[in-house]
Amino acid sequence: MDITLEKSAEARSGRATWLDVSTQLLKYAILLLFVAVFLVPVFWMVSASLKTLQEIYTFPPQWIPESFKWSNYVEAWYAAPFGRFYVNTIITTFFGVAAEVILGMMTAYAFVYLPFPGKNVLFLVLLAALMVPIHVTILPNYLTVARLGWLNTYQGIIVPGAAVAFGTFLLRQHFLTLPNEILEAARIEGAGHILLLTRVVLPLSRTTLVTVGLIALVGKWNDFLWPLIVTNQTAMRVLPVGLSYLYQQEGTNQWGIIMAGTIFVVLPILVIFVWAQRHIISGLTAGATKG
Amino acid sequence: MVIVNPRVHAPAKRRGFRREHLLFLAFVTPNFFLLGVFSYWPLLYQAYLSLTRWDMISPRKLFVGLDNYRYMFGGSEFYEVMFNTFYFTGAVLVGSIVLGLALALLLNQRLRGRTVARAIIFAPYVLSGAAIGLVWAYIFDPVYGLMRVFLNFFYIVSPNWLVDTTWAMPAVIIVYLWKNVGYSAVIYLAGLQNIPQELYEAAKVDGANSWQSFWHITVPQLSPVTFFISVTTILFSIQAFDIIAVMTGGGPVNATTTLVWYLYEQGFIAFRAGIAAAAGMLLFVLMLLITMFQVFFVQRRVHYS
Repeated sequence: MDITLEKSAEARSGRATWLDVSTQLLKYAILLLFVAVFLVPVFWMVSASLKTLQEIYTFPPQWIPESFKWSNYVEAWYAAPFGRFYVNTIITTFFGVAAEVILGMMTAYAFVYLPFPGKNVLFLVLLAALMVPIHVTILPNYLTVARLGWLNTYQGIIVPGAAVAFGTFLLRQHFLTLPNEILEAARIEGAGHILLLTRVVLPLSRTTLVTVGLIALVGKWNDFLWPLIVTNQTAMRVLPVGLSYLYQQEGTNQWGIIMAGTIFVVLPILVIFVWAQRHIISGLTAGATKG
Repeated sequence: MVIVNPRVHAPAKRRGFRREHLLFLAFVTPNFFLLGVFSYWPLLYQAYLSLTRWDMISPRKLFVGLDNYRYMFGGSEFYEVMFNTFYFTGAVLVGSIVLGLALALLLNQRLRGRTVARAIIFAPYVLSGAAIGLVWAYIFDPVYGLMRVFLNFFYIVSPNWLVDTTWAMPAVIIVYLWKNVGYSAVIYLAGLQNIPQELYEAAKVDGANSWQSFWHITVPQLSPVTFFISVTTILFSIQAFDIIAVMTGGGPVNATTTLVWYLYEQGFIAFRAGIAAAAGMLLFVLMLLITMFQVFFVQRRVHYS
């Protein structure tokens, strides 16, 4: 009797695993399908960037080009001044991110650790700025930048977007979670605010600072509308705007060259993303679930 | 790290109090100065500009009162623009919620490689909209594009996507969703992982099947997340610019001209500063209303769930 019981239990669990396996397989299939939806266009971009015109203009399409036409990249590089676009983008992104991290850090520190009458109201004023994104105010901001003589300059691209509300918010949320005892201990030992900030608070906030920096970096690198408006010389364009310049130059049939240019724009961020995706995703979800 | 302050504490404290106020000001002033100059002041200046007629060159701005608003609301082009804006935003909103939740549910399963899958699905969110727009402009090529391959598989004849007034908008919406749905998926996923597991166990004991527990536990538990995603999706998608700029340039005819594109076109192509400023004010008011809706109405209703 014992044996039969065991057997039926085994049979039951056998059937259960079979059902489990088939639902698991179905789930894997659906997941794979979704992943394909996101991967195939990227693959298409890479493969097209290595195709000859003939290979681009065939149907059904050739998925992998016969021989890789690397010269598309060379042609794209010279059809538009991509070297210059890179320099411009690196400069505006670097200073944009630095300004955002430093301003965010100082503002968040002040709101958490320094007293000031009515600072909660001031914080609301800061958050309200999230309501006025640059898209809403491009026209008056363009006029301001023009009056400052900043058209076609780096400061014209960087400064108007340097004020931070979201980064300040994230950093403030993090500072509020820091254990009070450590700060008290440092304070008792006589550390002033500058020391407290640079030696205690910042080392404890490395991850959040990296997250804020990365989110800013992605935003600055991809920024399109503002740099488009405040520059009109090709030499002052940033990568995304320069890419649309390449598109205008090459017309709509040189897809190989255009896709090569697209990869110039996308590749650095993709590399950073592969390396730091955890930070970026966790930062964005933290902003969401705590907000 | 340790620096011992030899001074006595008590008197230093009283002086320190005022010094801390000054330090607060020193720390926040640069940020607030920038916000003032480039966020708040331009809003006032734009309100004034919206009451003038000006070509952005001549030294004089002609005060015309509400004429720009009258012109805007009076023309049929403007209703087209508003229709396009709501069409785009609405479709993106529904897509972000439905597809975002579906992807999150899938990524929440115990599957191998789901971390990699999450990264792949999220990746387009961090890429340049201009670049993605161009990749998709090629995909939508009615003769040689990838989309034709896909549609052929189902025996559907590919429309002439970007030059067809009915299909240009769906094309732009598809691209925007492809780029951004990973964001809502990841936020929904975080929301799903915050739902206490006991709720599901209790429902199981009560004999609920998985469909019932989805509707009676998952959906209501996620309602704060859904509202957050709704508001951010509306606020971001209403500003969508780069994808439209490279794919259609607001065309064909006006088929993909949303409010932001209209503002850009009026200001920086037609040089009608007054009309552009009026459109900017309208955009601002729309965004303000959406946020106020969230703050005053939604947050109160959602919290006790």
